[in-house]
Amino acid sequence: MGEFKVHRIRFFNHMPSAIRVMAFNSHTERLVVARADGAVEIFNFADNYYQEKVIPGRDGKAVEALCWVGRRLFSAGLDGEITEYDLENLRPRNSMEAYGGPIWTISSNSQGTLLAAGCEDGTVKMFEVLEDRIQFQRNLSRQKGRIISLSWHPTGSQIAAGMLDMIKIFDAETGHATHRLLVERGLQRTSNSQEVVVWSVAFLSDHTIISGDSAGKVQIWDGITGTLVRTHLLTKWDVLVLAVSPDESSVIAGTSEGTVVQFQFISSTVDQQDKQWVRTRTFKSHSHDVRALVHTDTAVVSGGVDTQLVVRPLLDKVEKNTQESAMRKIIFPHRNLVSCAKKAGLLLFQFSDHLELWRLGESDGNGETRAHTRLTSNLRVGRFGEDNICCSALSPCGGWLAYATVSSVRLYRLQLDNNITPLVPLSRLQVSKLPKELNSVHQLSFSSDSSKLFASSILSSVIVASVKELECKYLHTFKPPSGEQPVHLLSPSEDGNWLATANTGGEIHVFDLHCSVPVCGSCPTAVSIHPFSCSLVSVHADQQIFEFSLKQKEFTAWSRKLQKQGMHPLWLQRDAPITRVTFNPNNPTHILLHDTSMFCIVDQILPLPEEKTRFYNQSVLQSLSLGERLRNSHAFKVYRNFQNLLCVDLMEDHSLVVVERPLLDIVSQLPAPVQQKKFAT
Amino acid sequence: MVEYGDIRVVYRGGSKINFRKPVISNDSRFLLCASGESVKVFSSVTEECVHELRGHTGQVTGVLLRPSNHLQVYSCSTDGTVRLWDFTDGILVRTYVVGYPVYSIYASLNHKEVVFIVTPVQSDKRTELFQLVAVNLPQTPDQLVEARDLSAVLSDVSSNPSTIAFGRGGEYLASVNNLKMEIYFFKKNKSYSFSLREYTKNGGKNTFTCIACHPKDDCVATGHDDGKIRLWRNFKQKKEYTYSTLHWHHSAVSSLCFTPEGTNLLSGGVESVLVQWRYNQENQKDFLPRLGAAITHVTVSPDGALFSTSHSDNKITIIQSCVKVSAVIQGLVKGENVTTGLLVDPRSKALVLNGRPGHLQFYSLQRDKLLFHLDIVQQEYIHEAGLEQFEVVRAAFDASGLWLATVEERKQKSAELELNLKLWSFDEQTQSFVLNTTVSAPHEARITAMCFSQAADSQTTTLVSASRDGHFKAWQLGLPAHTDDEGPSWSCDFVGAYHGLVPRCCCFSADGSLLAVGFQEVVTVWNPTSWELLTTLSQPPGDVRNLCFGQLSCSKYLLGSNNKKMVCCWNLLTCSLEWSTSMDVSLLLVDSRSENMAAFCCQDGSTDLFVFKPSEPRPLFSQKAVCSGRVIHAVFTPREVMLESSEESSQWLNRSQLYFLTEFMDLLTFSTKAEEEKLMASSKQLVIDDTVAMTPFYLLLGKHRHEHLGNEESAERTPLPQSSVAIKELLQTPAHVLPATSFLCSMFAKSLLISVTETREENKHVDEEMESEKEEEDSDEEVETKISRPEQEAKGVQGGESTAPTLTKTQVRELRRVRKQDLSWITGLLDS
Repeated sequence: MGEFKVHRIRFFNHMPSAIRVMAFNSHTERLVVARADGAVEIFNFADNYYQEKVIPGRDGKAVEALCWVGRRLFSAGLDGEITEYDLENLRPRNSMEAYGGPIWTISSNSQGTLLAAGCEDGTVKMFEVLEDRIQFQRNLSRQKGRIISLSWHPTGSQIAAGMLDMIKIFDAETGHATHRLLVERGLQRTSNSQEVVVWSVAFLSDHTIISGDSAGKVQIWDGITGTLVRTHLLTKWDVLVLAVSPDESSVIAGTSEGTVVQFQFISSTVDQQDKQWVRTRTFKSHSHDVRALVHTDTAVVSGGVDTQLVVRPLLDKVEKNTQESAMRKIIFPHRNLVSCAKKAGLLLFQFSDHLELWRLGESDGNGETRAHTRLTSNLRVGRFGEDNICCSALSPCGGWLAYATVSSVRLYRLQLDNNITPLVPLSRLQVSKLPKELNSVHQLSFSSDSSKLFASSILSSVIVASVKELECKYLHTFKPPSGEQPVHLLSPSEDGNWLATANTGGEIHVFDLHCSVPVCGSCPTAVSIHPFSCSLVSVHADQQIFEFSLKQKEFTAWSRKLQKQGMHPLWLQRDAPITRVTFNPNNPTHILLHDTSMFCIVDQILPLPEEKTRFYNQSVLQSLSLGERLRNSHAFKVYRNFQNLLCVDLMEDHSLVVVERPLLDIVSQLPAPVQQKKFAT
Repeated sequence: MVEYGDIRVVYRGGSKINFRKPVISNDSRFLLCASGESVKVFSSVTEECVHELRGHTGQVTGVLLRPSNHLQVYSCSTDGTVRLWDFTDGILVRTYVVGYPVYSIYASLNHKEVVFIVTPVQSDKRTELFQLVAVNLPQTPDQLVEARDLSAVLSDVSSNPSTIAFGRGGEYLASVNNLKMEIYFFKKNKSYSFSLREYTKNGGKNTFTCIACHPKDDCVATGHDDGKIRLWRNFKQKKEYTYSTLHWHHSAVSSLCFTPEGTNLLSGGVESVLVQWRYNQENQKDFLPRLGAAITHVTVSPDGALFSTSHSDNKITIIQSCVKVSAVIQGLVKGENVTTGLLVDPRSKALVLNGRPGHLQFYSLQRDKLLFHLDIVQQEYIHEAGLEQFEVVRAAFDASGLWLATVEERKQKSAELELNLKLWSFDEQTQSFVLNTTVSAPHEARITAMCFSQAADSQTTTLVSASRDGHFKAWQLGLPAHTDDEGPSWSCDFVGAYHGLVPRCCCFSADGSLLAVGFQEVVTVWNPTSWELLTTLSQPPGDVRNLCFGQLSCSKYLLGSNNKKMVCCWNLLTCSLEWSTSMDVSLLLVDSRSENMAAFCCQDGSTDLFVFKPSEPRPLFSQKAVCSGRVIHAVFTPREVMLESSEESSQWLNRSQLYFLTEFMDLLTFSTKAEEEKLMASSKQLVIDDTVAMTPFYLLLGKHRHEHLGNEESAERTPLPQSSVAIKELLQTPAHVLPATSFLCSMFAKSLLISVTETREENKHVDEEMESEKEEEDSDEEVETKISRPEQEAKGVQGGESTAPTLTKTQVRELRRVRKQDLSWITGLLDS
């Protein structure tokens, strides 16, 4: 067990950004999410919805549309540029001005040869997708009014465009508009003059067009004759987004009320073939606008202004009461935004546009688990330039601070004086001369003696630089024998001999030994090297834990036993990945793990839990006598007193730093939702 | 056959008409509903009961139009029979004996001559397990048919009839029970079942309450306990089924119904609002609010023109196209508790008791119809659980029916008891009671008894109220205190008490000269004019429960019963105990028309009745185990027409009837055989041509018209169309545009001429008329076989008829009916 002094910190005002648009690549099972601050996140649905990659955004570059073309990812925004991302190096590869004003939507045909962009000036611009770039091909016939939404017919011969008050169907060959479908203005809203915006269109292979508009209607049109088949009035507010299932038997619509409404293509009587679109289920998983929707084969993925990504499996498509059928809500990022200087007692909070440095106060508790943290001083480091911060690091001694954006790295020397009064800001000095190798970095880390800075760079390489007295010198580049995926985890060992890295390809390399840990299928979410036994503990997105002995170069006996027996089903059912592994120097057999909902101490000497044993038993154990307690305890001691955890770390003085971000605080910062009449209010 | 003059206990009136879903006939003219042991046929326009289909010996549990003949109706009952009726004429066509209690009945067009019934699982009767069974109805011309060809379709169904429905004309069958829905396809003989979790995440209860199937699409609507309606589709697959949810009701949906074309879905619940959902455009819904009481059933006529909703206050509302309430059929309202007891309004001879909350209902026993509700409390009733309301607890009429006294009270946990005594006078002009005086807080505690002095001729009417506060008060109508134009009002005349004891009952003698008040163990007799205590009668210890003065020749006796199982009879002339007997009398009442008294004794679960005269030692009539359970209230109601029964045991029923209410709120009465037969005959008489809405007024007028026609030449009987047109023209055209009289004369004469030729063909006409009517009635073949026999005899009768002086139309019809009726009896006898 172990008792800790706990610094319970709730002043990290981390605010996730609203989800703006999503796109799903069914071949690679990757979902890409663009947030309002321009950040693009990639989730791997095959690997337990793990957030693999994050590409930070820039100021003034909001992503309005996303599109996968094969494995390539394109985005467009109101700045009028189409950007392709370099997913290996986590940065924009190239951008191209479309010269049509702000771009509202982009869409590629199913062959992946053409990219259509709907622009503010009323043109649909066609781009040819070339090997390394896109090239403007031509304009479709220009319309009055902006193009809000686009949808290709699966054969690529026609394209439907949602505009103000109408939907136009273009022939993709000739570029002429073939049909003009007029959308009725608001039925319920008082101002009849207000034009209706067709927020989303979907062109199905049987030439049915489905549109969702700002009058709250979902309309089904016959694309051949251009006639209205059916109108479903969903809401008083807007229908913002539509998504079609891959087999085109189901369509979902997201509304401003936060509901997702499903429509299914069902035959009206059992034996007959004539089918029609029928409104069926309603999902209410958001409190605010649903701005982005994806309909996969088995699930409805929705996101919106309330910043949550919700994966709701369709129960008619998955096996009931399995892990697959559980609803998931992804609220927090799957990476660390908090760095701790263990020796100096400093905390660094990373925001998208600035950093905050806090010093832990003297806790006035006496061994109690809830002691107060007193703020003594804080430092705000504004970022440089327009790019958002992608990673940051604080050296264990507290003397160095480094952060990186997509294009640059900054290193600061912090001059700490323990005697200064809280009001005096900490002085910082920027190290002006950085080696030129340090330009594109996606993860930063300091060695435990604070003498070296590790930075993961392009092509899975890790750059080592020594830092000493306002000087930073390039030392070496570690190149792994294989792999092109970006390194997302860096973990130097305590004694400075080893550096463990993990990349999103699932590989773990330990440098200075040049040893590779056998690859397991799932992506590691946290790695760490044990300070005494020199074994590497890695936790993966599928919730498995491995311990690899670096001396014997094999999995330890404990790890084998764990694999043989299997994890407890309740452990596997958790939906957030473990984001940090730490060790207790006082008790070498303890491994400290945490995710957003719990904090766990794994005791390697206690027996592993059987499938039938009660997993969450800490509260029960406390009420038992000592003998009973010993008999009933198992290796996984899970504490769920803390919720919405962003960081749990052990300081040098054996106090525990717990950074929480209560959900209510996030909700209170959201804009007000649309007004809805609720019963009995 | 029962012996003539035998007395038996019958359910009379006031039965539940909201027990099961009503049925509306194809032409929307009739509404049929199960009512106690019979099926009632109401006219949907005039709200009158046209027929009562009697014959079942158990509670009727379902009514269903026969799918193959829309003029016939099936009814099922717990007596184990299914009966087929011709409801336009009120004739029992056939009885199918199933042999097991039937709880509901279903049929569909797809299944010819098969009905589906719900019966208990036979293996053990204790468990509440029911199964759906298909019954093959044998095609024989017999009156009484054994239907033993049963085959189980679904097990584990609910006995509630609204949980099973046929879809798409009988292609499939859907049944819900608790949390499970089962859909059975007949063609493939395969069933799919779907179940829900008991509670949703938000705490809603998912239990199914009712089901309805779309008539054309494969869509099943289910209602749930938390007020949701789910529309299930695509249920042919076990996994790929889907449903959408409609939520407007805030508590359980009690009934669902699709309109015949499937364009709308109707739902109702405790909100007493009928909701009409557009099928496939569920956002648009229409409401018909303020229907009075919680909706229990919703039905639609086969042509979709009429909706009907049954309500929890024993009411059926007929609604025209979801806009207008066109008719209300109101039965006897039965609340949880009848605190006022049974009273008889001396004026209208109606039964008066608690009705809707805060109301008194006036119920005509003769016509089995609710006359009106009198709002006593005059406060808005608020539907809310746990809210204490004013309730009418006592009511009394004076002998002439001029005055009505009511007591209402409200008991709240934290507050004091609120009491109001209200006196109502009968207003001749409006023919209703008008509030005259309100006495707030007439007593300090609950009023235990209240009565008017019974003397009809006395100048001043006195009301006596006894209360738990130890006083009784006499109230009299005083002259107006001020010279204002207000009428006289009631005021307290005297306050009496006796040694601080609590008065429990009070009673005036028949001539109003004596007042007896029972103070716990002591009976005191007072003079109501001078208010002096005349005498006290003590009896063996025990609180006096009931007090009654004898009537007519026995008026010298005062009877009382106490809670120590004693009945005492005092002679008021000698002020001594005449006789006493040991009987645990719960209810003692006196017949105002005769010397008879009735005593109900409650003994181990059932109640015995004794009818006796105070002067005679032997009871006139006694019946053990009149009903199960206690009798709460009883009343003698005077008969309109005296019955002439020579039988000694039934003589006491000659002048009045005894109605009593059991603790299960069943209104029962005694009936003699003679009376029943008379009733049967009168009900037959009521059967008239129902092309015109039938009201008593119409009956009167119609008879008059027929007589008038009969007096005229028989030529008028079947006037030729053109002649009638001519006369109509003559009479209806305004005088100033009429042509010359000479011109009209010839026209009129011509019309007469033609009609003379008509008389010769009269016989043929009668024949044709009969023939056509018969075809209309008996479009089904097996009925024809039955009718074929009377046909031959009818010819014989007709032969005589043609030579005889011409009969009026009514007479002919009457004759025909009698004939039909008689012959069916004979066939029945022959077959048995």
